[in-house]
Amino acid sequence: MNTFLHTLTDNGELFWRGFKTTIELFLISAIGSLVLGTLLAAARVSPVPILRAVGMTYVQVLRNTPLTLIFAFLVFAGPKLDIGLEYFPSACVALIAYTSAFICEVVRAGVNTVSPGQAEAARALGMTFPQVTGQIVLPQAFRSIVPPLMSVLIAMLKNTTIAAGFSVVEAGAIPQYMSERGENQFATLIWIVIGFLLLIAPLVTLQRTLERKWGVAR
Amino acid sequence: MTTSTGGPLIAMDQVNKHFGPLHVLRDVDLNVDRGEVVVVIGPSGSGKSTLCRSINRLEPIDSGEIRFDGTPLPAEGRALARLRSEVGMVFQSFNLFAHKTVLENVTLGPVKVRKEKTAVVRERAMDLLERVGIANQADKLPAQLSGGQQQRAAIARALAMQPKAMLFDEPTSALDPEMVGEVLDVMTGLAADGMTMIVVTHEMGFARHAANRVIFMADGQLVEQAPPAEFFANPRTERARDFLSKVLTH
Repeated sequence: MNTFLHTLTDNGELFWRGFKTTIELFLISAIGSLVLGTLLAAARVSPVPILRAVGMTYVQVLRNTPLTLIFAFLVFAGPKLDIGLEYFPSACVALIAYTSAFICEVVRAGVNTVSPGQAEAARALGMTFPQVTGQIVLPQAFRSIVPPLMSVLIAMLKNTTIAAGFSVVEAGAIPQYMSERGENQFATLIWIVIGFLLLIAPLVTLQRTLERKWGVAR
Repeated sequence: MTTSTGGPLIAMDQVNKHFGPLHVLRDVDLNVDRGEVVVVIGPSGSGKSTLCRSINRLEPIDSGEIRFDGTPLPAEGRALARLRSEVGMVFQSFNLFAHKTVLENVTLGPVKVRKEKTAVVRERAMDLLERVGIANQADKLPAQLSGGQQQRAAIARALAMQPKAMLFDEPTSALDPEMVGEVLDVMTGLAADGMTMIVVTHEMGFARHAANRVIFMADGQLVEQAPPAEFFANPRTERARDFLSKVLTH
């Protein structure tokens, strides 16, 4: 037990640095992919054929490409195309590009749960497509997609560990450093699991709160 | 608000519309004057709702022309949105915005579409809710209201835009029988105030006492039109007689 505790306390700075980076990666990528995913969903339900085509192509390509490949493309191929991004921004871009495709599909499923009469009534009042979408359809769509949306965000939180393979020192990079220091690998992994459980807990709480708050709105 | 030409407010000229193989509007010609109340009746599938919905282009038409207040209906975009803001619409299924309170439902259009000041709109909205008898429900969500209250809120929402005409697409068909009266009372009041109205309905009582003109539709055509007293006492066509015998015997 003593060894187990010391694994953490002796390397507190490393764990802190790793998880701090994980949190930063997560927050930036979560906001980015929510915004981009919602815009893509709006494009996919818009009356403009070209926007629908762009949205569909984006989702088809990004959702079906392994995340590691997207990272590799940005980190290794990016510089050759003169897109000289640092490792951390590259990781954010990769996560946003990949996750937004999934968020788009979840939001689109939510849009389909909103009765067509809602959009029709909004159009009959003289609202434009952005107003109908932003004021009426999306707010109602989000109410019905809280659980799947959280699943996508939790998956993304765990996907941040792929960044370790591309020179970003986040939680997934901790085992390698610990092994170089000759620390107990088993204890290290347990601590990392505990760290992720602690990070995910607020997301689960947020999901419950939102579901309870919006549950009465129908 | 602009007042223009003295011509009809709504003018449909040789309007045709298909749903796949179904010819749902056939060479429809219809003029509605300012202040006129036109009630459209007919069997289901006769094109009544499509006629009503084509006037604010919720249903685009295949051929012919529809003019509102002298101007042909714009095909899309902001011009179409502007036209729709001048035509109030009341739906069979109410379609109140489920995530907004009754008061927010009424104020949303003027604030977002007309960019009016919230305080001014709020006052007008409360007056309208007062007028339709649900001012005490202003802060509730639509799902907490009865069907009749929801439909009255929907009428208030349409009126808040200060429309030049109101379209009613079977406004009482989804209501429990005891709530039909409260909605028809509001509509009768509106008609008496001089609102231009097109009402698709199965309420023959309303057609009798509130309409200036009754239109009987069947198979996408305007089969017969006459003032209500004349139409109900003396329908000229076999189809209208047949229809009336079915709806008036109960």
